[in-house]
Amino acid sequence: MQNLSCIALGKEYIIDSINDSQLAQKLLEMGCTPGEKVVVERKAPFNDPIAIVVSGFMLSLRKEDAEKIIVKQL
Amino acid sequence: METAKIKVVLAGNPNSGKSTLFNSLTGLRQKVGNYPGITVEKKTGSCFLDEKTKAEITDVPGAYSLYPKSIDEKVAQQVICNKKDKDYPQVTVVVADATNLRRSIFLITQIIDLKMKVVLALNMVDLSLKQGIIIDVSKLSQQLQIPVVAINARKQEGIKKLKEAIIEANLQGTATSFFDVRTLFKNIIEETNTLRKSDNDYGSFLALCMQEVNSKNKLHSEFNILSKEHQFIPSRAQAQETIRRYKKIDTVVDFCSTKMQIKANRSITKWLDDVLIHPVFGYFIFLGVLFLIFQAIFSWSAYPMDLIDNWFTDLSIWVATTLPQGVFNDLLVKGILAGLGGIIIFVPQIAFLFAFIAFLEDTGYMARVGFITDKILRVFGLNGRSIIPLLSGAACAIPAIMSARTIVSWKERMITIMVTPLMSCSARLPVYTLIIAMIIPSDQSCGPFNLQGLVMMAFYLLGFLAALGTAFIMKFILKAKERSYYIMEMPSYKIPDWRTVIYTIVEKVKVFLFDAGKVIIAISIILWFLSSYGPGNHFEKIETKWAGQEKAETHIAAEKLEASYAGMIGKSIEPAIKPLGFDWKIGIALITSFAAREVFVGTMSTIYSVGDNSNIQSIRERLESVKNPDTGKVFFTTPVGISLMLFYAFAMQCMSTLAIVRRETNSWKWPVVQFVYMGVLAYLSSFISYQLLN
Repeated sequence: MQNLSCIALGKEYIIDSINDSQLAQKLLEMGCTPGEKVVVERKAPFNDPIAIVVSGFMLSLRKEDAEKIIVKQL
Repeated sequence: METAKIKVVLAGNPNSGKSTLFNSLTGLRQKVGNYPGITVEKKTGSCFLDEKTKAEITDVPGAYSLYPKSIDEKVAQQVICNKKDKDYPQVTVVVADATNLRRSIFLITQIIDLKMKVVLALNMVDLSLKQGIIIDVSKLSQQLQIPVVAINARKQEGIKKLKEAIIEANLQGTATSFFDVRTLFKNIIEETNTLRKSDNDYGSFLALCMQEVNSKNKLHSEFNILSKEHQFIPSRAQAQETIRRYKKIDTVVDFCSTKMQIKANRSITKWLDDVLIHPVFGYFIFLGVLFLIFQAIFSWSAYPMDLIDNWFTDLSIWVATTLPQGVFNDLLVKGILAGLGGIIIFVPQIAFLFAFIAFLEDTGYMARVGFITDKILRVFGLNGRSIIPLLSGAACAIPAIMSARTIVSWKERMITIMVTPLMSCSARLPVYTLIIAMIIPSDQSCGPFNLQGLVMMAFYLLGFLAALGTAFIMKFILKAKERSYYIMEMPSYKIPDWRTVIYTIVEKVKVFLFDAGKVIIAISIILWFLSSYGPGNHFEKIETKWAGQEKAETHIAAEKLEASYAGMIGKSIEPAIKPLGFDWKIGIALITSFAAREVFVGTMSTIYSVGDNSNIQSIRERLESVKNPDTGKVFFTTPVGISLMLFYAFAMQCMSTLAIVRRETNSWKWPVVQFVYMGVLAYLSSFISYQLLN
């Protein structure tokens, strides 16, 4: 299992779980639910924050938060 | 003819086109106020749904769900969930973004489950068609059991249908529930229903989930006991419910929409992002945008500002000469009109600033600026979202501080509010201009650059660095109340809607004029009193002393000011400001500057008895000829000038900002801390620079 902060740009993954209940609340309501496809679209300088495409829209989040999002390969 | 009224709440995700729809519906018939006790902006407006039905529309802040995270979202939740709220709607209109149907309808399904009357306004259907997504509106309406209307908020299409749907929804009953929360938490819901004397399952569930947020609820302890009994953990229950709800939404979305395979063109958004958030070019472009904004604020707005200035000068002269002489005339001209002019002159700058900010926000660029600056700002305890308040602070700290509301983390929001007034606002501009003109010859240059311009830029930079430095220190002092996040949607780029931009300008200018205006006028009147009256019969003595002599008026004005209450205060603080290179006359200017910093120029011109207030050139010449009584040399030397500018750069000489900070933080503690720390910073830096340079 990998987390969202270390996967390659442009490759499709599937959200498995979010290891932080506060963060999960915020991301879940925006539709980042387990089973959704996720792609890391861009990285800001120093690889932080990152921009991901999930459920059809782009979202930016910090690396430390991306680390809490566990993904698996398609 | 009798008109019926329907209370309507407009809800929806951020970036769903909610504000655009609100503007289309209400036009300029909107009011911007605040929710009582908290600082969230409340927009209300009205429109006619048909000839005999009027809608009172409340625009609640954008939210993704009824689980609030920021204060903005909390308001949306409170208005919608609390039957006792005075804005509790008869019909809720939820605006959904068709290009993001899945996420957009999450909120409305929650509202359906609260057994409320709702209408779904499906916006941006044209954009979703371009992406190859076809949504069957009637199927969606069947599935959700609510009216669904396709609209185009920008082109004002579908508005009539939407209005009809609102009237109809108000007459009809509510939909049956979308997702039955009993399937997950049957027992505890039933017991909570009994406790709340309600049959609203979802209302009970939300009350349980929000028990920690709404700790003032009178059933708070009962909820706690129930939760322990049933091993109900709010955060976990909420996550469970969200996931299940989305599963159901997925089946609805699949059923109602077809995705066509269209040729995968690389979207404009991707092309633009390649450039705009490029690790190198991105920053240069951002600096270019900043440069443009500053140009606009400083050069373009100079023309309307001059016009306003001239207009007020003419008006003052007219009033002063037309109305009968006396106290009332004096109060009107030197107190009220002077104060009013001091406020209105900033309208062009504020309008320009907010035009740019609204434009950049509406295009989607601001989210990108946050993206490329978050990492840097985080070092200083700030957040990518702090960039808007900090930049706005260069025009005026008042609207800037208000724009810090979107920062979710309490600590980052507080730091942003506390340091924003250090940014050199436009009120410091006249002060800098005057002093720089006095201490630096205009023909002196440093390489290809004019030295005056460089010094001016240096002071702007100084303000910015001081803001960052202070933020860095505060980062270690303030204790975080919650984890800091930077989760922000990066919307697709759009051509901005000119109406939204114009409404934003009008709204911000109104807030500035009325909120800050009240304070400034009040202080202007107090200052007028302090500088027009003095103890005893000094004033009469001065008048008899100069009666009949040449240039009597200017001498009388100067001596009267010295003998006035303001003069007394100035003299009493002289020992404290002498080490900074200031005399009691500057002391008076420092005090009067609390109304607004730019009052400095006017006060100096009065004190040094220059007849014509509007002409800076003449003030400058007058000030340049002032001699130091101790040394007999020029008083305004470079050390004095630098010291004075440093003082103005750092000191919190703005009552209106303090008033806004008090409103935004809901306590006097923060404005007091701000006043003290900025004062200390100003005093120390002026002291050190004067002692070193002199």
